[in-house]
Amino acid sequence: MAERQFTVSSSPHIRGNQTTQVIMRDVIIALLPACVMGILQYGIKAILLLAVGVATAVASEYLAQKVMKRPITITDLSAAVTGLLLAMNVPVGCPWWVLAIGCVFAIVIVKQLFGGLGCNFINPALAARLFLVASYPTRMTGSAFIPAGEVTSAATAATLTSATPLVVGAEGTPLLDLFLGIGDIHGCIGEISSAALLIGFAYLLWRKVITYRIPVVYMGTVAVFSLLAGQNVPFQLCAGGLMLGSIFMATDYVTSPSTPLGEIIYAVGCGLMTCIIRFYGGYPEGVSYSICFMNLVTPLLDKYIKAKKYGEVKKNA
Amino acid sequence: MDIKHATFKGGIHPSYNKHYTEKLPIEDMPAPKVVVIPMSQHIGAPAKPVVEVGQQVKMGQLIGEAGGFISANIHASVSGTVTAIETRTSFNGGKVTCVVIENDFTDTLDESIQPKDWTTMDKDAILQAIADAGIVGLGGATFPTRAKLIPSADAVIDHMIINGAECEPYLTSDHALMRETPEKVVGGLKIMMKVLGQSKGYIGIEDNKNDAIEAVKNASDDSIEIYSLHTKYPQGGEKQLVNAITGREVPSGGLPAAVGCIVANSGTAAAVYEALTTGMPLISRIVTVTGSGIKTPKVLRFRIGTPTKDILEYCGGLTDDCAKVVSGGPMMGFAQYDMEVPATKGTSGLLCMNKADAAIEEPSNCIRCAKCTVACPMHLMPLYIAGYAEKGNVEQLENYSALDCIECGSCAYVCPARRPLVSTIRYAKRLVQAERRKKQS
Repeated sequence: MAERQFTVSSSPHIRGNQTTQVIMRDVIIALLPACVMGILQYGIKAILLLAVGVATAVASEYLAQKVMKRPITITDLSAAVTGLLLAMNVPVGCPWWVLAIGCVFAIVIVKQLFGGLGCNFINPALAARLFLVASYPTRMTGSAFIPAGEVTSAATAATLTSATPLVVGAEGTPLLDLFLGIGDIHGCIGEISSAALLIGFAYLLWRKVITYRIPVVYMGTVAVFSLLAGQNVPFQLCAGGLMLGSIFMATDYVTSPSTPLGEIIYAVGCGLMTCIIRFYGGYPEGVSYSICFMNLVTPLLDKYIKAKKYGEVKKNA
Repeated sequence: MDIKHATFKGGIHPSYNKHYTEKLPIEDMPAPKVVVIPMSQHIGAPAKPVVEVGQQVKMGQLIGEAGGFISANIHASVSGTVTAIETRTSFNGGKVTCVVIENDFTDTLDESIQPKDWTTMDKDAILQAIADAGIVGLGGATFPTRAKLIPSADAVIDHMIINGAECEPYLTSDHALMRETPEKVVGGLKIMMKVLGQSKGYIGIEDNKNDAIEAVKNASDDSIEIYSLHTKYPQGGEKQLVNAITGREVPSGGLPAAVGCIVANSGTAAAVYEALTTGMPLISRIVTVTGSGIKTPKVLRFRIGTPTKDILEYCGGLTDDCAKVVSGGPMMGFAQYDMEVPATKGTSGLLCMNKADAAIEEPSNCIRCAKCTVACPMHLMPLYIAGYAEKGNVEQLENYSALDCIECGSCAYVCPARRPLVSTIRYAKRLVQAERRKKQS
């Protein structure tokens, strides 16, 4: 046999099809139905914001890695996901430059300064959203939810005087409209259609990107708490950022626990925090704060909850 | 007879790629001109050569004597002349003493090989015959079978299990064996049941081999229980098989005997049957030669000590774009660089991969997706073991039970970041063992 060179490497010699890039691409695909609903509701302005979000996030990642002399990893699409999520988490009235600042904050401060993908302790898109809400409150809430020149209906008028759409819909919004995200429904670009977000959820489950655990337990906790607190359960589930948050943000691998029990505790915590903030807190919306708070608890959950290994021998046996 | 269904928790569903060979009959490969027979083809002490250079040997003649209780006899797989006793490279990259025999192509049988009737033999005589025949576990781990069949005195054995799962992708050797000669597998199980004083025996076969399940069922009687196992890797891992069939868990650091189980591979059972009927020692075995990098995939019975290159040539040779040859299966096998290395008692497969299949992807950052913890059949947390290994934190490696890893490769298979989890965890195990030795001394 002629001399030839063989590849020698450690087992296993075959690998699965799911790479980081494939996972991130699936997340983007799963977000598309919600983006489409946002665009139908808000038009060209929504398209522009989504584009600005993705472009700024990817560009910041490229530049940050260039400056820090790290390998450029924008092709793993994780920055694109962060940019898209943040854009979906701002009201249509948010100026493009505010969103861009948010994307830079998410990628450079929250992600790259802590070591890049996999090393951040808090969800970059959510941290950036909270940063924007704190820094530009008038551009992130209230009238920012209403497209310019549409301040006509009673509901939108109510929006202007109240804090967020979570309060607007409470009176008189048909539940089906709220679920589908059509008619006089307002919110952040990506959160208005529960139906579209659930389609994305189904896609992620089918592609085995995430498990049902965090979203279902999170929404379940909110449903039970709302019932006990005498709130309108379907409304609490469909309004605000709960669907977007529980399906796409709370499930972020990096900042959620790595055991099933840890995930359940984490999701229950998210649900309780959300309800407490919504019903008793100063803010009408609590999803972002809840998830960020539980992100911080994740290292503790991972430290104290381990998988029960096969053949565990009891210490005192 | 009912066929029961069983499985374990964890594991993965890789692409099985058994189509290359799963319908092929077992083909006898003619003995090569020269065989190179390593004195260490098993776990435990190497055998001691008992022949000299220049000596004439017959087929089946003892050429290496077991070097202890955990060791195995080695026999000549051809008749001919010993031309060298020297150190050669083995399949795992180590160096091993080998007896080199030039084949005289007469296959003259050694006089010591006489037909046996195990039904009239007692337990000790059977165990002696198994040891004489040099039988070791043919699933890949090559643990000496006699030693396995003598569990420690305090173990109460109630499950003698034959492992016919063959969960490694690509490999179909056990499949072909069970389909073509199920009576040998069942016969071997009955011999081992006799040794262990069992009235019942168990066989587990993955349900992607229904023809083998049917064949083994037809060859069995009421004393044999057959389990159709869910096709999932590593269903044939000893600890996973014990769990699937009995629901028990082998304690950490222990053997299946600790929970009443003895597990032997279906190929081992057939070898035991052969030794206790025809009297033939273990001088041949079945190998699956397969993959995108070999011209004609085959399921071959070859003489122990046949150089890899002879087997590959018999299968039409490697394709031009073959980039990797693995001894064993794709999940746990060893990548080979020297095609002179002889195939041995443990060679269950020769997987040849073309450039595309052998391509290695660059690892990226761990994204903590925890898919490795779901895949781990030992329910460990590979992400943390690998992470702490990189930091050299031995205390945490003990905390995360690094030593319980069976190196099945499931974690690395699913890892989307393509991290080298298995090799990192092997390193972790070395760190833990070194630390334990340091503490002892």
